[in-house]
Amino acid sequence: MAEQYESIIRLENLSKIYDGKKVLDHVGLDIKRGEFVTLLGPSGCGKTTTLRLIAGFIRADEGRILLEGKDIAGVPPHQRPFNTVFQRYALFPHLDVYDNIAFGLKLKKIPEAEIDKRVRRVLKMVAMTDYEDRDVESLSGGQQQRVAIARALVGEPKVLLLDEPLAALDRKMREDMQLEIKEMHQKLGITFIYVTHDQEEALTLSDTVVVMRDGKIQQIGSPRDIYNEPVNSFVADFIGDSNILNGTMIRDKRVAFIGHEFDCVDIGFGENVPVDVVIRPEDIYIKKDTTGEQFTGTVTSCIFKGIHYNMLVQTDEGYELEIQDYNAFEPGTVVGMHIHAGDIQVMKKDRVCNNFEGELLSPTSVRFLDAEWEIPETQIPVGTKISVQVAFNKVNLQDNPVDGTVEGEIYFMLYKGDRYHITVRTKNDEYIYVDTNDIWDKGDQLGVKIAPRNIKITPIKDYKDDD
Amino acid sequence: MKKFLAQAYIWLLLIILYAPILIIAIFSFTEAKVLGNWTGFSVKLYTNLFSGGVSSSLGKAIINTLSIGVLAAAISTALGSLAAIGIFNMRGRARKAITLLNDVPMLNPDIITGVSLFILFVALGITQGYATVVLAHVSFCTPYVVLSVMPKLRQMNPNTYEAALDLGATPGQALRKVILPQIRPGVVSGFILAFTLSIDDFAVTLFTKGNYGLDNLSTYIYADARKGGLTPELRPLMTIIFLVVLALLLIINIRSMRNSKTKRIRI
Repeated sequence: MAEQYESIIRLENLSKIYDGKKVLDHVGLDIKRGEFVTLLGPSGCGKTTTLRLIAGFIRADEGRILLEGKDIAGVPPHQRPFNTVFQRYALFPHLDVYDNIAFGLKLKKIPEAEIDKRVRRVLKMVAMTDYEDRDVESLSGGQQQRVAIARALVGEPKVLLLDEPLAALDRKMREDMQLEIKEMHQKLGITFIYVTHDQEEALTLSDTVVVMRDGKIQQIGSPRDIYNEPVNSFVADFIGDSNILNGTMIRDKRVAFIGHEFDCVDIGFGENVPVDVVIRPEDIYIKKDTTGEQFTGTVTSCIFKGIHYNMLVQTDEGYELEIQDYNAFEPGTVVGMHIHAGDIQVMKKDRVCNNFEGELLSPTSVRFLDAEWEIPETQIPVGTKISVQVAFNKVNLQDNPVDGTVEGEIYFMLYKGDRYHITVRTKNDEYIYVDTNDIWDKGDQLGVKIAPRNIKITPIKDYKDDD
Repeated sequence: MKKFLAQAYIWLLLIILYAPILIIAIFSFTEAKVLGNWTGFSVKLYTNLFSGGVSSSLGKAIINTLSIGVLAAAISTALGSLAAIGIFNMRGRARKAITLLNDVPMLNPDIITGVSLFILFVALGITQGYATVVLAHVSFCTPYVVLSVMPKLRQMNPNTYEAALDLGATPGQALRKVILPQIRPGVVSGFILAFTLSIDDFAVTLFTKGNYGLDNLSTYIYADARKGGLTPELRPLMTIIFLVVLALLLIINIRSMRNSKTKRIRI
C-alpha cells in the first residue's frame, strides 16, 4: 500500500528560528524510498537541525514534513517510524548491550523469544555477537557506535537517521565503518538520512548529496554532479580541492581567465560577463615540454600525497594554481599546461561588488552597516535613502578591530589564484566581501575601513517618501 | 617527623570532633543523673528509654521526628528531582535566575525561614501542627535535593532522553526508564540529605509546630532542658542515633564503592 509513494519524506518550506536567528531558511527536499541522502555542510549550516526536525525532537516554525504524503507535524517522536543514531552514541549507561538494543522492543511488549531473536540478528549484522552482556561503558568508541546502530535498526524503522555517527572515531575506523554502513544500506533497502561535515564521507556513501550553508540548500545532486558541476564557489571550495578563479565569459563556449582565453562547454551566460571558474587540480595537464601548451609557468612546490603529487605552479602571468599529477615536477621546473574544455566549470558570480543600503546623514557622511562613514562632499539632499557600492579591492581590513569603522570577523575565504576573496561578517550579521593579498584565518577578528573616495553612492527612488 | 606531625594533627582534629559524642556514649552506660558522675556500669538508662514506649512524650517526639523526616524527605525528593530536571532544560537567563532563587533559601538563616513561615501560616489562617511542620521542612529541604540532583543531570548525555523517545518511549517512560536510573545516585543522596536536615531541625520546627503539644526531638530536648536539666535517658538516645547515622553512612559508601567497581552480570 505504502509502496505507491515514490517519495518517502518530503520537506516543504521548512524554517526554524533560534533566538531570533534563522538557522533553517525555507528548506525543501524530496527523499525517495531506499535512497541514501547526505546533508553536508560546515557546522551551523542547519543540517543537524533538519535531522532533528525530521526525528521530531524540535518543531518547525514554518513549513511541513510529509511522510508518505501525510503531514507528521502532530506525531510525537516516539510514534514516528524513524530511528536515530546519535553523534555521541547516546547509549543508556545503566543498561548492558543486550538491554540497550532490546529497549524499544520491550516497550512495544514484543514476546521475549522474538526480542531475543531480533537482538541477536542485529548484533550479528554489526559484528558484535557475544557482546550481549557487556557494560556499554566498557566498549570502545567504535563498538559503542555499532551498538547504537544495532539499537536503531532492531525496531525496523522506515528511515534511519544518522547524525555525524562517525565523527568521534579515528580515521582508519571511520573508513571501515563507512564501508559497513554502505553495505548495511544496500542489504536493508531502507532510507538513510545521513548528516556530516566530511565531504569525503558524503561522496563515498551517498546516492544524493545535499550541500547546505547558513540554513539554505546550495545544491542537491549525485556525488558526481556535486563534484564535477558545483553551482557556486562555496560548493566548489567545500567539496574536494579546487582552483577557483575570476574569469570573464567572452561569448558562448569561450571564457577568459588567468590571462588566457579557453574553449569551454558552457553557454547562456551572455557576452563579457564576469564569472567564477572552477578547475579541479587533477584536470590541469602538466608537461615539461612547453611548446604548443595553452600556458606556461614554474613549479614552486611539490608534495607526495601517496597516489599523486600535489604541486603549486606560478604561471607566467602571476597566478598560482594547484595541480595534481602522477608524475613529480621538481620546484623550479618550467612547465607547460593545458585544460580540456569539458573540465572547465563556469559559474555565475553571486555579485561583482559590495552593495549596501544607507542614508545620507550630512553632505559628507552616510550611514550603512549600522555605522557612520565619511564620503567626499555630495550635492544629494541630506536624509535621502541611498544605495552604496564598494569594490571588493577597496575595502581595508585592520588587525585591530577597534581601528575599523565597523568590527567583524573572517567568515569564509577563497583563494582565487592571485588573491583571496574574503567574506567578513559584521557584528550585526551583515556581510562585506573583500579582495586582498593578505593572509587571514577563518574567525579572525578585524576592523573594516573604507576610504571616502571609494564609497560610491546613488540615491534610491523611494516614492513613499516623496511628499 | 613530618609524617608524625601530620598524623598527630589529624588525630587531634578527630578527637576534638568526636570527644563530645564519645563522652555521651560512655556516660550512657551509668545511672548518674548528672553528666560527668560515674556510678558504675549499668544499662538501666537504655531499658528506661524503651520501657516508656511510644506513649511517653519522649517516645512521641522520636516517632514524630522520624515520620516527619521520612515524609518531608520523600516529598522534597520528588519535588526537587523534578525541579532539577526542569531547571536543567531551561535556557540562559531563566536558568540562572531560577538557580539563584534556589540558592537563597539555603543561605537564609533558619530563624528567618521559621518566622516567615509562621507569619505565612498565620496570615493564611492555617492551624499549625504536624502538617505545617512537614510543609515547612519540605520548603527548606527541596533546594538541597535540587542541588544534589543537578550534577548528575550535567554528567548525563542529553541525547539519551531523545534516544529513548526515538525508540518509542513516551516522555513519561523516558523519564522513568532512562533519566531516573541515571540520576538515581543524586536522588538517593538528596533524600538522605533532606532526611538528616529534617531530623536535626530546631528553629523552623519551633515556629511552625503550633500550640498543641507537638514536638520533635530538638524541640522536646529544648523544652526538657528549660524545665531543669537534661533527662539522663537522652544519653542512650543520642548514642543510638549516632550509631544509626554512622551505619547509614557506611552502607551508602560501601554501596557506591561496589557500584563503581563491579560490572553487572546478566542472568
